[in-house]
Amino acid sequence: MSVDTATVARIAALARIKLSEGEVAAMVPELNGILAWVEQLAEVDVTGVEPMTAVIPNTLRLRADVVNADPLTGGDRRDAVLANAPAPQHGFFGVPKVIE
Amino acid sequence: MAQLTDLSVAAIRDGVASGEFTAVAVAEAFNAQVAEAQAALNAFIVTTPEHALAAAAAVDAERAAGKVLGKLAGVPIGMKDLFATKGVQTTAASHILEGFIPPYESTVSQKLWDAGAGMLGKLNLDQFAMGSSNETSYFGNVISPWRRIGKDGGGSDTAPLAPGGSSGGSAAAVAAHLCPAATGTDTGGSIRQPAAFTGISGIKPTYGRCSRWGIVAFASSLDQAGPMAHDVRDCAIMLEAMAGFDPKDSTSLDLPVPNWKATLSGDLKGKKIGIPREYRMDGMDADVAHSWDQGIAWLKDAGAEVIDISLPHTKYALPAYYIIAPAEASSNLARYDGVRYGLRALPEGAGLQDMYAATRAAGFGAEVKRRILIGTYVLSAGYYDAYYTQAQKVRTLIARDFEAAFELCDVILAPTAPSAAFALGEKSDDPLAMYLNDVFSVPASLAGLPAMSVPAGLDRQGLPLGLQVIGRPFDEQGVLNAGLAIEARAGFTARPERWW
Repeated sequence: MSVDTATVARIAALARIKLSEGEVAAMVPELNGILAWVEQLAEVDVTGVEPMTAVIPNTLRLRADVVNADPLTGGDRRDAVLANAPAPQHGFFGVPKVIE
Repeated sequence: MAQLTDLSVAAIRDGVASGEFTAVAVAEAFNAQVAEAQAALNAFIVTTPEHALAAAAAVDAERAAGKVLGKLAGVPIGMKDLFATKGVQTTAASHILEGFIPPYESTVSQKLWDAGAGMLGKLNLDQFAMGSSNETSYFGNVISPWRRIGKDGGGSDTAPLAPGGSSGGSAAAVAAHLCPAATGTDTGGSIRQPAAFTGISGIKPTYGRCSRWGIVAFASSLDQAGPMAHDVRDCAIMLEAMAGFDPKDSTSLDLPVPNWKATLSGDLKGKKIGIPREYRMDGMDADVAHSWDQGIAWLKDAGAEVIDISLPHTKYALPAYYIIAPAEASSNLARYDGVRYGLRALPEGAGLQDMYAATRAAGFGAEVKRRILIGTYVLSAGYYDAYYTQAQKVRTLIARDFEAAFELCDVILAPTAPSAAFALGEKSDDPLAMYLNDVFSVPASLAGLPAMSVPAGLDRQGLPLGLQVIGRPFDEQGVLNAGLAIEARAGFTARPERWW
């Protein structure tokens, strides 16, 4: 499988990365080179093989259902959460207007 | 007495504990080395001399008060700038996180501070740990302290060399004695390959040994933190401090941390070492092949039995990795949206979607964009099964290859990288050529296995070569022991001549 400029533009839009026409054109042969190389995986017989889900067997744990059980990852930290926001407003994350 | 900056982690810790020198004197000595080398090597993104001094002063005060000192008391280290450090800028070497000051500390770095270590600074790396040469950092290339022997056989060739990647700053800083040890992270070889390129040791433990909490995520099913240091014993000491169960990481292993350093032994009697025949590839670098043969002889000399093994799906590891890692990266890096932290690019009149796209265009470097696009493509409707599911099935087969091999042997010996360090710019125009650098390191990553690189010698250009030891899950001890046996026989004492 290979990609063309329309496909690269569509992927870039899905990935929310703005690319100029020139950047899209430059990306096409690069991605095709990588895709042609990974294509060799298709020759591997994977009949009856399950896809890897956990490389080291482990079980998912549940924590106790307690509010702020770990203060480090708990709530009541609004100012710390907003400290790195580019445009905090009135205690919220500010974004451009989204109403059409 | 040797200079303080020539000492190992163990020697610094013991010297501080015995009162031979103070922790503050050690921190001052390393701070000076860091400052002198920064312009030439660019190993650090920010330096934190005050952090190193404060931690050292605290250790000296504890000692004066007769308290029990931590495992790393008085040891100043370098911290890869992928670990969130409270109050200290954490960038993953990206523009999009420039100026990000974490309000929290990563689990691994907190454990190191709790053990008495101090921080000399945040080490440069490939952007979001994506790269094998440290040429993708927004904050400039790291220059290896090593140089090739001049073409006429004398002097040195001044062409700047890559320290490897992604933990290139960590490798360069340890090799140049700017710090006695540093943290690294390894997704497909990012501890082992730079360690090999710079003549130092580094271990990636079993997936889950070190908490990923507070480490900027690249490919979550592969990312593991580990130490980089001058020798195997120092790696063991550092790893003991870094490892351990953390409920904040759902893939953290709920296992006790063994006392790896105390049980280190280079005696390999009764051990079987597997040599994977698929790793001996056509056109293999002659010096790399020679160093591998030497390694085999050293392990035999240490009492081990060497056997031929097969890892049949080896050639598919790299293409599987370059689907799985970008797929996970494209998902992980979706969080950089210009809303909650980091860079925001807001063109005149832009709406929310335009802001996302402009922010990510301005904030990510070329290699990061390339991998996000590949990842987005292989996860997109219609291609998911052909690429991503197929790659995950191949990953299962690669893990089974190792399981079968470990029925026959205890550890596996292989080269770390297909060549010694290359010059900056030599591979940066061809993403595929760069990816091939990970050919020997990626299979163990895909299988989550502990693996380390130890220096084996110099090639004919005068550059270090590393040997890689891969072990069973949870058997860091076996890996460290085989590494120690190699270290004892390689007698690697070479270090870069100071030109910076």
